[in-house]
Amino acid sequence: MNRLEELFQRKKEKILNVYCTAGFPELDSTLTVMKALQDNGADIIELGMPYSDPLADGPVIQASGTRALQNGMTIEKLFAQLQDCRKEIYIPIILMGYMNPVLQYGFERFCQHAAAIPVDGLILPDLPEHEFETEYGPIIKRYGLDFIFLVTPETSEERIKKLDELSTGFLYAVSSSSTTGKQQDFDAVEKYLQRLQGMNLKNPVLVGFGIKDKQSFETACKHASGAIIGTAYIKNIESAQDIKAGTKAFLQPIIG
Amino acid sequence: MINIVTPNNKGTYKQPDIFGYYGSFGGAYIPEMLHSNVEELKEKYLQIMYEESFQKEFQHLLHDYAGRPTPLFLAERLSKQFNTKIYLKREDLNHTGAHKINNAIGQVLLALRLGKKRIIAETGAGQHGVATATVCALKGLECIVYMGEVDMERQQPNVARMRMLGATVLPATSGSKTLKDATNEAIRDWINNPNDTHYVIGSVVGPHPYPDMVARFQSVISEEMKKQLKEKEGTELPDYVVACVGGGSNAAGAFYHFLDDPKVQLVAVEAAGCGINSGMSAATTQLGKPGVLHGSKSLVMQTPDGQVVEPHSISAGLDYPGIGPLHAHLYESGRAKFLSATDKESLDAAFNLTKMEGIIPALESAHALAALKQMKLKPTDVTILCLSGRGDKDLATYMKAMESNQ
Ligand SMILES: Cc1ncc(COP(=O)(O)O)c(C=O)c1O
Repeated sequence: MNRLEELFQRKKEKILNVYCTAGFPELDSTLTVMKALQDNGADIIELGMPYSDPLADGPVIQASGTRALQNGMTIEKLFAQLQDCRKEIYIPIILMGYMNPVLQYGFERFCQHAAAIPVDGLILPDLPEHEFETEYGPIIKRYGLDFIFLVTPETSEERIKKLDELSTGFLYAVSSSSTTGKQQDFDAVEKYLQRLQGMNLKNPVLVGFGIKDKQSFETACKHASGAIIGTAYIKNIESAQDIKAGTKAFLQPIIG
Repeated sequence: MINIVTPNNKGTYKQPDIFGYYGSFGGAYIPEMLHSNVEELKEKYLQIMYEESFQKEFQHLLHDYAGRPTPLFLAERLSKQFNTKIYLKREDLNHTGAHKINNAIGQVLLALRLGKKRIIAETGAGQHGVATATVCALKGLECIVYMGEVDMERQQPNVARMRMLGATVLPATSGSKTLKDATNEAIRDWINNPNDTHYVIGSVVGPHPYPDMVARFQSVISEEMKKQLKEKEGTELPDYVVACVGGGSNAAGAFYHFLDDPKVQLVAVEAAGCGINSGMSAATTQLGKPGVLHGSKSLVMQTPDGQVVEPHSISAGLDYPGIGPLHAHLYESGRAKFLSATDKESLDAAFNLTKMEGIIPALESAHALAALKQMKLKPTDVTILCLSGRGDKDLATYMKAMESNQ
């Protein structure tokens, strides 16, 4: 059983996944941020691998990626930073990124190195399910990594079932068809989450995109196992003098 | 006129397989947020495109609005200069000054039939933005064009034209602030507006079915070439077809109906910028590696870490770090020969055509002209060169070149 499965067995609600960009705000702050998240109540760390053309992200996350790239961040350096992280980080780690840098790194080599940390799962929003099934999925499985697909309010019921079937770990419900950081209409979100809830999915559902405070977190958690905070947290540590204190000040009201 | 080809399992040059692959390139590498939009297009594009009422309106607008067929002009003095026979396919004589209008008309008509109310587009040089804004004005549709902040600065007349046509021009301020970033912004807009919006991509790039759809809308170029050459030369088939490649839409259109005739040699010309190895180039087949950009697998200019790099070309329309998947396949399979021309060679070729034939070409098209020198053409060879656009938009660059030559 990996850390994700163990987590979902132990905890059924209000699971908090926090996204942060590797190599942001400073090249070597990755571990400081991860530690701060773990110490302040995050259940899962979603570590973004910066990319020059992040289609599924909004401006705030893109800007953090641009800064990380300027800091010199690469996948190579990320694995070096993570090499000994399991000495202190015991919660699940998910790597989120885009196909192109992973392909250049070598898809199999990437999975091998991720599994060696060990990282628990991958999110690659621009890996389509056809290529997942025929080419990449078997490699991901071979290294024991979970792979998490996204669903949106526009995703048909049939397709949600298929993506749930293909996913392991959890299913990532985008709370509206929007890039990260956009404001949401929470009535529509609730209806959509209720629909997902009624579908008897194999995987727990985590809600992403647009969660920024206690209220939005609680709303999301009413109809799902938990939620993912990205943009709001990036904004927070961007301006924080001290990552530890900033993370604490940001997360405590949300989980408290 | 055009046959309906239904997707089969094996791709050909003219038609990708059902997952959008030409050989190992293509596909639809898109986040789930774009899936329903792209899927809708994929399900419906062929059916709509070949409906009788669609074809009737499309052909009517190509004819009466864009001004097609565009002439096939025997460039006698240019031919003499190269001691061969060169025809120019005059896409520069289209309404709005380039081949881009063919695709813009096609996609806007398609969007209307999909019930879309809002049109978005990306643009580099501004030609595709102007073409899209033009057809939106004609059809009374809202039009938003994303353009890199840097490109807005260097292509101001086209920004003004788009605004006069009623389009909203929004600056792309992320990344390198050029065409690649404008494309990212347009894709984000589409993600945020999943129901009422159609994204008119300006070249044979993007997720399946865009490369195939745009190639089909542009294929009118080679359809006309064949007929016109038959009248003039008694044969439909030239020895060479030459076209410049940014994303590759004018080349795809010029090659399309010759793809299955191996006798016709296809020549694609990329922008070498300041030289292939200068670090200031846009010659994707020379400098790129297989990768994923803007929703398809193709050749992409990138760092060893897989970050997409900013290319350079004097021509904003060729200043793109990728090429369409069809072209990556044509390159890999050897079906087309890829040449490149530098900024300087292209400027010289533009001045040469102006002097020899009284035609001021677009800087993009000037790259195709510049490649003629490299081709070792025989006196008996017949070449058709796709003159993709006119040079009005490039006057500032041309004037600067004249001043520095004096
Ligand atoms: C006149 C002209 N030719 C060529 C291009 C390059 O595009 P493509 O390679 O898709 O034909 C452009 C793009 O702006 C253009 O304006």
